[in-house]
Amino acid sequence: MTKLCQWLCGLALLGSAWAALALAPPGLQPPAPLRQALLPLPIYLLVAFGCYSLATVGYRVATFNDCEEAAAELQEHIKAARADLRRRGLRL
Amino acid sequence: MAARGPGRVSVLLPTYNERDNLPLVVWLLVRTFNDSGIDFEIIIIDDGSPDGTQEVAQQLEKIYGSDKILLRPRARKLGLGTAYIHGMKYATGNFIVIMDADLSHHPKFIPEFIRKQKEGNFDIVSGTRYKGNGGVYGWDLKRKLISRGANFLTQVLLRPGASDLTGSFRLYRKEVLEKLIERCVSKGYVFQMEMIVRARQLGFTIGEVPISFVDRVYGESKLGGNEIVSFLKGLLTLFATT
Repeated sequence: MTKLCQWLCGLALLGSAWAALALAPPGLQPPAPLRQALLPLPIYLLVAFGCYSLATVGYRVATFNDCEEAAAELQEHIKAARADLRRRGLRL
Repeated sequence: MAARGPGRVSVLLPTYNERDNLPLVVWLLVRTFNDSGIDFEIIIIDDGSPDGTQEVAQQLEKIYGSDKILLRPRARKLGLGTAYIHGMKYATGNFIVIMDADLSHHPKFIPEFIRKQKEGNFDIVSGTRYKGNGGVYGWDLKRKLISRGANFLTQVLLRPGASDLTGSFRLYRKEVLEKLIERCVSKGYVFQMEMIVRARQLGFTIGEVPISFVDRVYGESKLGGNEIVSFLKGLLTLFATT
């Protein structure tokens, strides 16, 4: 099953559960407080996911390692490499 | 009895206009492998570079020997996937290392890849910039934001089981790389992503090693809108087809 299919199945499952409970005819409705929480739930979850995404990406950008030492080390290695290659007869 | 080495490691180096960097990366590779006692060969696949890369490669072959430096050029720029296929035909190692030839990937991590591979008997070891003390040098805030944002989106949509999907510094078992290349159809960044996604589909195991990525090219080649669009198209294609 492709990821797209998995998402569609998951959304269909959750969507129908939500619709069954939140949009039920008067006879089969769950108690009022539950219905009040259920109706805006999809929007709440979307907003919550949006906030989570921003926070996660923000955190990861802030803690993205800057490899200063690696860059400095590379410069050293480049110098050594050029000198040694010249000794071995490389003509650039 | 001493532990057996990993056998030979074949490094595939596709090049295009790398006349300045190629001797440096080859020198670093030779030194790394000699210092760690790992048997190796370096296969240089140049796509008809107009800047003299092939002449430099020939000099390197003379210096280090044609059993260590294999020149297998092609007539013109034909893409990364086919460069790997072409290079693999001549590879005699059990393990294949793919990496960039522009010094953004430092060969010093290759012995760590091999150590990791032995540790978990992994089919693939992927260098990651996003975990442990992996990281990047030379990126501004905007570039980091795009990178992390794209990676987050990829993780959410594909749940790939690897932290760095667009990275191209990896070690593969030879048979694994052969199987994967047959099945991958994308280009560019998405090609590297597709390799990992297909690897998981086929049940291959993936280990990770933090690496540092020193970007000296970013200043000249900004990440443009075009590349972002094609990345998104590729990501959605993988989402819908795997």
